[in-house]
Amino acid sequence: MREFDYVLATSPAHAVETVAGNPDARFLGGGTNLVDHLKLGVTSPDTLVDVSRLPFDEIEECSDGAGLRIGTNVPNSDLAAHPVIRSRFPAVARALLAGASGQIRNQATTGGNLLQRTRCVYFQDVTTPCNKRELGSGCSALEGYGRYNAILGASSDCVATHPSDLAVALAALDAAVVVQDGRGRRRVPIEELHRLPGDRPDLDTTLEHGDLIVAIELPYSQIATRSTYRKVRDRASFAFALVSVAAAIEMDGDRVGDVRIAWGGVAHKPWRAHRAEAELIGRPLTEEAVRAAVDVELADARTGEESAYKIPMLRNTTAVTLTRLAQEAR
Amino acid sequence: MSLTVDGTARSLRVDTRTTLLDALREQLGITSPKKGCDHGQCGSCTVLLDGRRHLTCLALAVAYDGVDVVTADGLAGNDLHPVQQAFIKHDGLQCGYCTPGQVCSAVGVLREAEQGMPSHVTEDLTPQDTEAGEGVELTDEEIRERMSGNLCRCGAYVGILDAVREAAGQGEPEREAAGR
Repeated sequence: MREFDYVLATSPAHAVETVAGNPDARFLGGGTNLVDHLKLGVTSPDTLVDVSRLPFDEIEECSDGAGLRIGTNVPNSDLAAHPVIRSRFPAVARALLAGASGQIRNQATTGGNLLQRTRCVYFQDVTTPCNKRELGSGCSALEGYGRYNAILGASSDCVATHPSDLAVALAALDAAVVVQDGRGRRRVPIEELHRLPGDRPDLDTTLEHGDLIVAIELPYSQIATRSTYRKVRDRASFAFALVSVAAAIEMDGDRVGDVRIAWGGVAHKPWRAHRAEAELIGRPLTEEAVRAAVDVELADARTGEESAYKIPMLRNTTAVTLTRLAQEAR
Repeated sequence: MSLTVDGTARSLRVDTRTTLLDALREQLGITSPKKGCDHGQCGSCTVLLDGRRHLTCLALAVAYDGVDVVTADGLAGNDLHPVQQAFIKHDGLQCGYCTPGQVCSAVGVLREAEQGMPSHVTEDLTPQDTEAGEGVELTDEEIRERMSGNLCRCGAYVGILDAVREAAGQGEPEREAAGR
């Protein structure tokens, strides 16, 4: 591991200034992903700026009362256990509880969760080429082990998937992050936070170097209270998603009044299935209708031999998740 | 930096690259937390930090200045902690390597359930009235899920499950609330 300086941030402005002024500096939150990457040699910053003691550890109402504001340092376990999250945003609680282990959820933070990096095996194995780790070196996953590869929005440079469960639930519920930079704060809708790989797979997000996520904002809505998250994985617990579905629904009699669908495990970012949603609104909700709507969304999907299973798995998981939610909503 | 480890104040100088696990084991000679996978996947390095279970292999020591550490060793007072006793009674250990992490994790599980924290298998997310003593009932399914961050290569899971189930029925001893 390369030597690095450790700086304990004394204020948000101090943290932002220190990282923005040094291309080799990184923020340190809970560290559950970053410390592992330091050990593996996936990243080797010369300075770590510890933001974990900044006062962003509250869950409170937004100033306009229209939603919940979650500080970036709130541990995943506390967020999942929060009474308002459990009652008004069950998909968020379910997504958090589906992720990692009890110990890691105590340590990992909400902001860090969104910025965790892909678990593509080649990204984490520094002996192999990987464009995300070293731009221009090539993509080993294209011709290699392909079971976890993206099937939507991937490029010839990268087929890695985004690993956060929380981000998928947030994408379905129209959340935003509050970002601080050297000039002030701005809101970034969660759908605009992560990016597709294109020819710059080394960039996971649209944030500039030194931008600090200080909070997540979750808007209250009727549909969010009727939401859930379902994760399919290789073992019952403590594994990343093969595919996952965040869904929310409002019924208008037998027809779909409103619906939200976001997928994990399929793309470089949480994938909000807008086309599938549009197909379903106003129609009677049946498993067949959901499968057909999923297929519309998946029209551009590209699979390899090892990742082809994701299409039927996504179709079935989305159908079961939505029809169960709709039964409860009637 | 300083740490309180199992009730004793300790001060030490660390290279910034030192994990909390290595600081405990290599510098302070506290060998109860074990280095298994060293990547957060096996749970054998689990300790209680300020009362909550954490992985020390993914924690940089320097970021934990001033924290209160309780290892499996420190859980015992004059007698073994009820979780430790239950592990012995139910044969929840074979080689014993993962056991300190399992024990610390189990103590964390009992607290989290008492505080009403849900898990992946908790069907009803409606919050309990924890002030009235309501917590999450630790069914076998809940215990399995909540302990899933701790791996045992001997496969002593059946005994571990029995041990945690029994300890859950006993509540927590007073000495632990006092930090010992």
